[in-house]
Amino acid sequence: MTNMESQSINIPFSKHILGNQLQVIIHEDHACKLAAVNLWYHVGSKDEVAGRTGFAHLFEHLMFEPSKHFGTTYFELLQRAGGQINGSTSTDRTNYWELVPSNALELALWMESDRMTHMLPSLTATAFETQREVVLNERRQNYENRPYGLAIVALTEALFPADHPYRWITIGAPADLRNATLADVRAFFRQFYHPANASLTVAGDVDTDAVLDLVNDYFGACPAGEAPPVVAPAPARATASRRILEDRVELPRLYSAWLTPAIFTDGDADLDLASDILAGGKPSRLYRRLVYEERIATDVSASQNSRELGGFFAVSVTAVPGVGLDVVERAVASEVAAFAREGPGDDEVARAKALTETAFVSRLQRVGGFGGRSDQLNSYNVWLGDPGCFTRDLDRYRDATTQSIREATARHLLPEHQVTLSVVPAGRTDLAVAGSDVVVVS
Amino acid sequence: MSRREPPAARPGQPVVFPPVTRIRLANRLAIWFVERRQLPFVTVSLVVPAGSAIDPIDLPGVASLTADMLDEGAGGRSAIEIQEAFGRLGTTLNTEAGSDAVLLSLSVLPRHAHEACARVADLVMRPTLAVEDFERVRTLRLNRLRQLRDSPSSLADQAFVQAIFGAYPYGHQPWGLTQAIERMRIEDVAHMHEAAYQPSSCTMIVVGSLEPGDVARIAESAFGTWKTGSDPIPSRKMGSDTIPSASRVILVDRPGAAQTELRIGHVAVPRRTPDYHALVLLNTILGGQFVSRINLNLREQKGYTYGAHTAFDFRRLAGAFVLQTSVQTDATADAVRESVNEIAAIRGERPPTTQEIDFGRATLTRGYARHFETTGQVGRALAQLAMYDLPDDTFDRFVPGVRAVHADELTTAAERHLHPGELVVVAVGDRVKLESGLALLGLGDPVVTTVAI
Repeated sequence: MTNMESQSINIPFSKHILGNQLQVIIHEDHACKLAAVNLWYHVGSKDEVAGRTGFAHLFEHLMFEPSKHFGTTYFELLQRAGGQINGSTSTDRTNYWELVPSNALELALWMESDRMTHMLPSLTATAFETQREVVLNERRQNYENRPYGLAIVALTEALFPADHPYRWITIGAPADLRNATLADVRAFFRQFYHPANASLTVAGDVDTDAVLDLVNDYFGACPAGEAPPVVAPAPARATASRRILEDRVELPRLYSAWLTPAIFTDGDADLDLASDILAGGKPSRLYRRLVYEERIATDVSASQNSRELGGFFAVSVTAVPGVGLDVVERAVASEVAAFAREGPGDDEVARAKALTETAFVSRLQRVGGFGGRSDQLNSYNVWLGDPGCFTRDLDRYRDATTQSIREATARHLLPEHQVTLSVVPAGRTDLAVAGSDVVVVS
Repeated sequence: MSRREPPAARPGQPVVFPPVTRIRLANRLAIWFVERRQLPFVTVSLVVPAGSAIDPIDLPGVASLTADMLDEGAGGRSAIEIQEAFGRLGTTLNTEAGSDAVLLSLSVLPRHAHEACARVADLVMRPTLAVEDFERVRTLRLNRLRQLRDSPSSLADQAFVQAIFGAYPYGHQPWGLTQAIERMRIEDVAHMHEAAYQPSSCTMIVVGSLEPGDVARIAESAFGTWKTGSDPIPSRKMGSDTIPSASRVILVDRPGAAQTELRIGHVAVPRRTPDYHALVLLNTILGGQFVSRINLNLREQKGYTYGAHTAFDFRRLAGAFVLQTSVQTDATADAVRESVNEIAAIRGERPPTTQEIDFGRATLTRGYARHFETTGQVGRALAQLAMYDLPDDTFDRFVPGVRAVHADELTTAAERHLHPGELVVVAVGDRVKLESGLALLGLGDPVVTTVAI
């Protein structure tokens, strides 16, 4: 039960550490007859190396293949029990979850523990080959065949140095995926998929003592692994660059991006609020000027992408027909500079905070799934070492001031470190920001 | 403890949809309220039966453009001032213009519910509809359509509805067509607003942490003075003017495309069909879930795609049965052949097995509770009752209804509502690489066409 009208958010939980180092978080809430199982492995594409990219995500696919004690795909038994199942891989972590009617909690724990303990021997070459094709098709569908879909590839290559693991996107490079072998994948599993690199949350209509017994029974026998090495690249500092990507699009789009602080560090929440004030909705500065008044753009957006090893802030603006990106870039640059100089107004900050607070409570309505309470508990546990950081997290936003937002912007969104990417229709490099170099990505 | 056998589920509890308080204002506006106290949170929606199905035949897109215009100036405030007012309440208005309805919705902390409803009332009762705002919004729409023309999935969707529905009310997407949007005038929008935004045909849905008395007061104060205007626009019916495409395979050329975007289907049934529960179960077995036949075949066995699924798109009038997927170019013809074979087989040589039926029943009924966890989900469920004229006990009847479907009813439903001989295939991809393979499928020569959006 939370009470937003007062100042603190109370999501009751208990945290336990099994003998094999598995961290277990249990949260009871009996409002719905649902139980959520949410398991984070602290591994993502940041743990890959150049030339061998896409492994973490490819492995996520393999985790839905048969394991030793269930001969079907991961979905069969859980869907039969009325469960919903999914997983995702980011640069920093891989998460898996089941949302089941609470009477089927034990099944979900049995399944999740079986693949943690017994996945490897069951993995076949056929399953591996098929999932590699599936992932190549996922990449075609979500990046290669989608308008502006490869911009993120060009953008991260411009932002991060060659030896930084954020230089490649999580789905990886097609050539690396094709070169991956079953042996690679087995080694990857051994290094990262074990209790000492995992955080398990069980939440919803459950009994804490009973859950603890079940978790001990099912996960307790999984051998502890060794904590993987900490990935700590040298702090990245982007040098200003201007690039062009030609794409199958009619309207050119400008991306302006800067490296920014890591998730939960100083400035992260300020820049999140700044992204809303700059480009969130009609009252935002960029929408008002570029779309509503000057009518040189048809859409604007901005985001602070908060990540473990460092964030990046990106503004994107699609031009209207007949307008080149030079004009758009000048307008964006002048708005960002004015914002960094003068800061936001009191009313702008108040609105951004109010919207953040509502979105925060809205996410807490769900016990399972991406961003639900169980996922949040794991997120705080993995990033901050304490699952109960709800109030602390929201307070980062509540405590932000016009001054702190201005300072974060002034410190991090500097023209001398700005990466500019012009995505233009094929053959129309004349629409790009002047002085840009053509890049080719695939 | 043994790990050999999966643990059995403990007995479940029946899903009961929360009680709905229903009142009507003097102007006939229906108010439906579900009290939810878990969090201090309220979701408010207004269902307006003004979706693209009532677009006049020569003005595809006017209903959704009208919906877009609501918050571009209303109650004496400009577009920006309206959104600033919502922002101060910690919310943004979500406007969804679909085929059957426009759904306006927002979520707020309870202390802001009254003010938020007053602002929504401004939009539907007192939109400014100024010509200069209209010109700006129309230009934004035209630019949006330019972007959709670059998107293979948007091209496939438009080509598909055009091919199977023809001039039928669902023969265009809600966002409309460039040619028509260019012709539209502010008077078209004003006329649509006057005729289609009437209290007697709208439903206000409130879910969250308020008292029934609060809701009645808020509704009366915000919407009590909403007057019924001229006669509502008569809804269009499915008629003999439907001209489905004569060709079975439609190829939209996208030279060098990284994949082929596919739609395969035909016209099916409305939401109110008596076969609803049987069709939901049938679709679960055929293509509704990860472990359904089509996804297992195209993704898990062949690796042709990231995913493939089928759906009966249940609407107020007969919607489509459609298989949707995006496949690698060199597997396109095989994927189409496998898909058509699966659809034919489930109503012929490989009817649902006892195990598949058990599985489908179990997955649909045991997991039903998770559809009603949040205020937004409950509000959306109630909006369906309003949009499709469904009985009050629709959600309580779902679990027993699906459990009661027998194998022979599934066979009958498949025979009645799946028509392999009428399937239309839309492929958006690289013509040079696709044309000859598609021609060999026995579905007739592919017709190469362009899609106007």
